[in-house]
Amino acid sequence: MTSKLKPIFKDNKAFIPFVVTNDPDFESTVNNVVALAEGGADIVELGLPFSDPVADGPVIQAADIRALKADPDISTDTFFDIVEAIRKETQVPLVFLTYLNIPFQYGYEKFCARCEALGVDGLVIPDLPVEERGEIDPFAAKHGIDIIPLVTPTSASRIEKIVSKATGFIYVVSSLGVTGERSKFADDLSELVTRIRTVTDVPTAIGFGIHTPEQAAEMTGIADGAIVGSACVNLVAEYGNQAPQKLTDYTKQMKTAIAGQTSKA
Amino acid sequence: MTELNLELNKNTTGRYGEYGGQYIPETLMNQLDLMTKAYEHYKNDPEFKTELHDLLVDYANRPSLLYYAKRMTEDLGGAQIYLKREDLNHTGAHKINNVIGQALLAKHMGKTRLIAETGAGQHGVATATIAALFGMECEVFMGKEDTDRQKLNVYRMELLGAKVHPVTSGSMVLKDAINAALQEWATRVDDTFYVMGSATGPHPYPLMVRDFQSIISQESKSQLKEQTGKLPDMVVACVGGGSNAIGSFANYIDEPSVQLVGAEAAGKGVDTDLTAATVERGSEGIFHGMKSMFLQNKTGQINPVYSISAGLDYPGVGPEHAALAASGRAQYVGITDDEAVDAFEYIAKTEGIVAAIESCHAVAYVQKIAPKMRKDQIIVCTLSGRGDKDVASIAKYKGVNIDD
Repeated sequence: MTSKLKPIFKDNKAFIPFVVTNDPDFESTVNNVVALAEGGADIVELGLPFSDPVADGPVIQAADIRALKADPDISTDTFFDIVEAIRKETQVPLVFLTYLNIPFQYGYEKFCARCEALGVDGLVIPDLPVEERGEIDPFAAKHGIDIIPLVTPTSASRIEKIVSKATGFIYVVSSLGVTGERSKFADDLSELVTRIRTVTDVPTAIGFGIHTPEQAAEMTGIADGAIVGSACVNLVAEYGNQAPQKLTDYTKQMKTAIAGQTSKA
Repeated sequence: MTELNLELNKNTTGRYGEYGGQYIPETLMNQLDLMTKAYEHYKNDPEFKTELHDLLVDYANRPSLLYYAKRMTEDLGGAQIYLKREDLNHTGAHKINNVIGQALLAKHMGKTRLIAETGAGQHGVATATIAALFGMECEVFMGKEDTDRQKLNVYRMELLGAKVHPVTSGSMVLKDAINAALQEWATRVDDTFYVMGSATGPHPYPLMVRDFQSIISQESKSQLKEQTGKLPDMVVACVGGGSNAIGSFANYIDEPSVQLVGAEAAGKGVDTDLTAATVERGSEGIFHGMKSMFLQNKTGQINPVYSISAGLDYPGVGPEHAALAASGRAQYVGITDDEAVDAFEYIAKTEGIVAAIESCHAVAYVQKIAPKMRKDQIIVCTLSGRGDKDVASIAKYKGVNIDD
């Protein structure tokens, strides 16, 4: 399988912003993703709202609640309708962040087939450790979808097992806990990324807690990309209709900060 | 009392048919791996087993009585009813059985801090109790709705030295308390052991909880044999996540003549939206670390659930129960709030036992089924806890004002 995501990291540090689908509504999601693409996002990570996002902190939890409050019976078909509307405006690479129950209920085959058709090239599934990948792997592989594994500072001896199956890119979790802005990251992130690179040439992107340009620069000095969730979600929550402009500006700022970084790890 | 047999369960894979598994964030996986290895080691360790046994006997007051409920039996006019009195354990519920086991494991793993979720508060109280006994730090996560319903237990935990965190996210009940406890654990794994109270969650929790709770049926089997020379015809227990039920069933699963019945909380009715009857109304899903049955919508969003009982209003059920239901080995029946409250009053007046509202879901099923059975048949019904904690809310439910 040839990954569509892996080449994005080739000559370029990737900036990967995140927003929640249907937060606060259908149209805004489309506008916000278009705005991120205009700002120069390399990949946009779209969260599918879940009632009980156990890996997420208060900011993304609140976004999930907003998205579901706006349409309590929102179907997975509607999530795909939103992507379809996005695709009329931009071809920016997309990945979903989803808890496993959503594709499970929709049917893995159908879910991966629709992702392929709409150019959703990867899935980040926080409650799918390497032990359970067999659930969805065959369907993802068939449709050319990368399952993006997460490696955390607690992965320890599990790293080899996790990354040897990786395609697309590897989501390196910056520190313990749930998503949300932080001022401090794990001390041994460089070692973590180095260890990953001894096993695989699949690129790495660091996420959880990054919100300032300085942090993005620091993290892309270690890894091949930076993922920013809560900070973008905050802009969406704070600025409503004005959010697209803010997101474009923010993305430009982050892109500038990481341009020209070379990995020290 | 004979030592608890931790080898009863031959299936230690964490899979129960297609259910079970470890669907949990990577941050926690290394801890779960360590926990699994530690449990596999210590359950065969004679020293650990002796320590566990001594705590169960000398501290938790085991074995619990298997009591022949003569008045209830005569009144219902059918099967003979035996009550497995987990309400007589130290801290007043079956929860202590599992907490002693997990906390002992935590201690051997070098952990110094216990965290737990709690619904009705019984598991939180048990965890706070053992933390005090072991000199460990303890923090309990409890839905805000439940801290209001169960104020007495909140104070009791604080009295025992635990810190109680009211959880205000989501529907503010047990499910949300589990989310919060998992999030806390992800933030601080090194010194912390998450003591899960029900037979739910990722492997190895359903396995450990079942093993530690299987003391209930290990005892009831030998006690009934001693008292009657027979096996029961039916075992009945209430099911939320399913810890007392799986412990009540464990030693009978391979005895095909014994019917196993779990009483679920139907709330206002199995066919209403105000229910927690997961097996009857739910569908297969993946949540809280396990593949099992859940109350959810078509997209896979977890539904808010309802029951008068804070200990049973959970939108899922342990994976082994899902497997027992799928194979037909156990039946699961919904009991409404009204039926449970009637049973609460009935067993108080008939047997002089104030039983937990959770347990009264099982009692209500016994009231229904016993008259339809023959007099030579035997039902063992688990009273999972005592009902002192529920007196105020039952009074309120009945419209009785007991303030000042």
